[in-house]
Amino acid sequence: MRSRLGELSLGTLFAATLAFLYLPIAVLVGLSFNESGLPTAWGGFSTRWYGELARDEEVRDAALSTLLVALGATALSVLLGTPLAFGLDRLRSRTLDGLVFVPMIIPDIVYAIAFLSAFNLVFTQALGRQLGLWSVVLAHATFGVAFVAIVVSTRLAHFDHSTVEASLDLGASELRTFLHVTLPQIAPGVVAGALIVFTLSVDEFVIAFFTAGIEVTLPIKIYSMVRFGVTPVVNALAAIVLGVSIVLVLAALRLRGREAHP
Amino acid sequence: MPRRRLSGIALASPALLWWAGLLVLPVGLVLAYSFFERGVYGGVVYEWTLDNYRRAWDTLYLSVLGFSVRVALETTAISLVIGFPVALFIATRPPRWRTALLVLCILPFWTSLLIRTYAWIVILNDEGLANRALRSLGLVDSSVRLLYNELAIVVGMVSTYLPLMILPIYAALERLGPELGEAAADLGATAWKRLWTILVPLTAPGIAAGCIFVFVPSLGNFIIPDLLGGGRRQMVGTLVQSQFLEARDWPFGATLAVSLIAMLLALVLVQAWLGNRALGEREGPARAL
Amino acid sequence: MRHRHARAALLVALAALVVAAVASVAAARPQQSVTLTISNWDAYTPEDLIPRFEKATGIKVKLAKHTTNEDIMGKLEAQGGGGYDIVFVSGPFAEALRKRGWAARLDHRKIPNLKNLYPGAWRLAYDPGNRYSVPYTWGTTGLCWRNDLTRQPRSWWDLLRPAPALRGKITMLATDRWLMLPALKVLGYSINTTNPAHLRRAAALLKEAKKHLLAYDDTTFYSKLVSGEAHLVQAWDGWCNYGIAENPKIKFVIPKEGSDLWVDTMVVLAKSRNQDAAHKFLNFVLRPDSGKSITELVLYKTPNEVAMRRVKKELARTFPNLAIPPKKLLTFETERDLGKAQPLWSRTVAEIVG
Repeated sequence: MRSRLGELSLGTLFAATLAFLYLPIAVLVGLSFNESGLPTAWGGFSTRWYGELARDEEVRDAALSTLLVALGATALSVLLGTPLAFGLDRLRSRTLDGLVFVPMIIPDIVYAIAFLSAFNLVFTQALGRQLGLWSVVLAHATFGVAFVAIVVSTRLAHFDHSTVEASLDLGASELRTFLHVTLPQIAPGVVAGALIVFTLSVDEFVIAFFTAGIEVTLPIKIYSMVRFGVTPVVNALAAIVLGVSIVLVLAALRLRGREAHP
Repeated sequence: MPRRRLSGIALASPALLWWAGLLVLPVGLVLAYSFFERGVYGGVVYEWTLDNYRRAWDTLYLSVLGFSVRVALETTAISLVIGFPVALFIATRPPRWRTALLVLCILPFWTSLLIRTYAWIVILNDEGLANRALRSLGLVDSSVRLLYNELAIVVGMVSTYLPLMILPIYAALERLGPELGEAAADLGATAWKRLWTILVPLTAPGIAAGCIFVFVPSLGNFIIPDLLGGGRRQMVGTLVQSQFLEARDWPFGATLAVSLIAMLLALVLVQAWLGNRALGEREGPARAL
Repeated sequence: MRHRHARAALLVALAALVVAAVASVAAARPQQSVTLTISNWDAYTPEDLIPRFEKATGIKVKLAKHTTNEDIMGKLEAQGGGGYDIVFVSGPFAEALRKRGWAARLDHRKIPNLKNLYPGAWRLAYDPGNRYSVPYTWGTTGLCWRNDLTRQPRSWWDLLRPAPALRGKITMLATDRWLMLPALKVLGYSINTTNPAHLRRAAALLKEAKKHLLAYDDTTFYSKLVSGEAHLVQAWDGWCNYGIAENPKIKFVIPKEGSDLWVDTMVVLAKSRNQDAAHKFLNFVLRPDSGKSITELVLYKTPNEVAMRRVKKELARTFPNLAIPPKKLLTFETERDLGKAQPLWSRTVAEIVG
């Protein structure tokens, strides 16, 4: 018997959670249209801050840099983390399973200093290469791998190996089996892990500040902008980032639209 | 060596090699500073000492740790209570909608944490939306202090780390497919019991991952206690960072970091060793591939 | 099977994007002329300064930003004093850089505009004679308040033991040197004290004061004043001006117990390979028109006597603290590096805040 109450309460909770998560967003979007400079007084509707933002080259550059870094770090993390999850699954070592969490438990500042010292020694002093966005990608990927590996492992934990066996028994090659039997089953884990790494990278400040050389990512730029309080320009920026994200995601969903979900 | 182990090592090695070079070595060196002395003007003097560890054993730092653990636990508990049903909701929607709903939950996190935190300040301050709502609903007579205290910190943390709870639980739930749909459809009195006894153990790996994903960063966060807490309470993240930056005392910072990492490592290893918590019991027969 | 290919295609596209990204940023940038890499606080360099310098000298400038002294010092430490040609840091940090051997000994012959400085700016305790640093801006710390919301404060006690009406409506600076300042001044101690007993007594006062504090705030204290969330805040004079610019009811005062003289300086790093160009930059900043620009656009005082005389007089009427006579500033102590006592200070602050 279908319980309406159960369905309804789950749905209500979801809606309430979304409201909670989007409350600060609504506030900052609202403030981005505030003519007055401060969040306490409403000076009337205005788009002047968006205009100012459009003229700000530094912000545009920083946003692009951040996107590149996040994509790079996510790709690397998936490429390294997915095989790691499989490796762990086969090695069946509980200690190793626990050690995979280590990259997550190291404080940001320790990473920041460790990476900068190491990169400085190896790349700048020995090889003469200046740090930049690429070094941030390396840094972010280092802890990103752990997130992907862990999340994919949760999918592998109850993975039904009999499907793989069946496929092989039926004569499919290992590669085909991997692509058509294994991968679809772990795909949500990979996607979830990738989303986590992307999200973390996009907003990461401390490590980026230390490893970016003189490049500027968006979090770095925003940190220096809010020194004077959150002007509506900053809110306009957040609103635009949100808008662009929505557009990109809608586009991506369109592309996947017809895909059947396993 | 059985073929399974060999292939396991092969698969794991790119990541492990990466970590050997980019994680263990650099981070290890920084943590090793904990055994040396601070230079008079900063920097590290290579004189072996255990003084730093003696200094770290101090009620001041323990109380900062205690406060941080409390806040992190509160955050994790609340995120779990909210995150599990949310993940369940998403996982029981028609497949077309799932990714969209998931992304809807994540989207706020692609805007800056700093800006969102400042938005919370606007919402929670004495003349902010929250207080105005409370007053107009007649629930309070005058403004309640919702900001620059533990409440504000927890609210900020939950709103920041909730997706890190939702995502892994969703990933675990999603795999359950049809059984999940049934469980959700029957959500009534006995169904809750069913939920408890069947669903939770099956998604235990996801829950454990989610809890760690939320607990660990909450512990180390320094922005939210600084802004929403008004800098009135220090948390472990601020403390460690301030040793490296403000105090320019890398050895002591390394000491605190080592202590923190050791604690969390113990937590994580215990959880892994308890078997079906972290990465799951290997159900089903072992398959040589 | 189409979706499999779509997924593969997406992966390939992502990989291509990654390669492109890495390639584009790793591509060597050919250097046609000398480039100076400078790090300063955001919005602390007047917009016209660098373009004018580039035009006048043909030297290119890459301006990096840092948000706090501690951040840039951390980076320098991790890079062994390298990575930049010039850094803007506050006095005590300039001293620390000198003691670490990372600050270049300046060749004053290459900075003739040093003559524009006030005589007093040659005797700053963190670097007497300006041998390793050149002062950029200076000022003091005081009380910034709304004269329509509260009476004029006169003493640091107004902050430390506020009247009932002010409780919960004040903020203090969060950085260790300035957090301790009010207590040290009322107790009559040096702001550079390393005496544990002094620090203990100051800490006791500050712990008491914390009970009535709204928050510790280094950056948004003036917007709290503008919004009325706070009625009285501890503030640097220049920052208070940003508040005054938004609301003329905001005023600044130096408490009667006195305060500090903080100085932000420019340091050339010893490892810089562009020493000559760096000296030219320092010299350019010391030009009267540069100094005038700094004060007029950034609203801070500079130790450049010739420049200060050229600053628009009306500015001082709107922002009275721009007219604080250097004589008065020079009666205050200036912050110095605390050397071995830095960890003790940090622990004291952790006790107060924690």
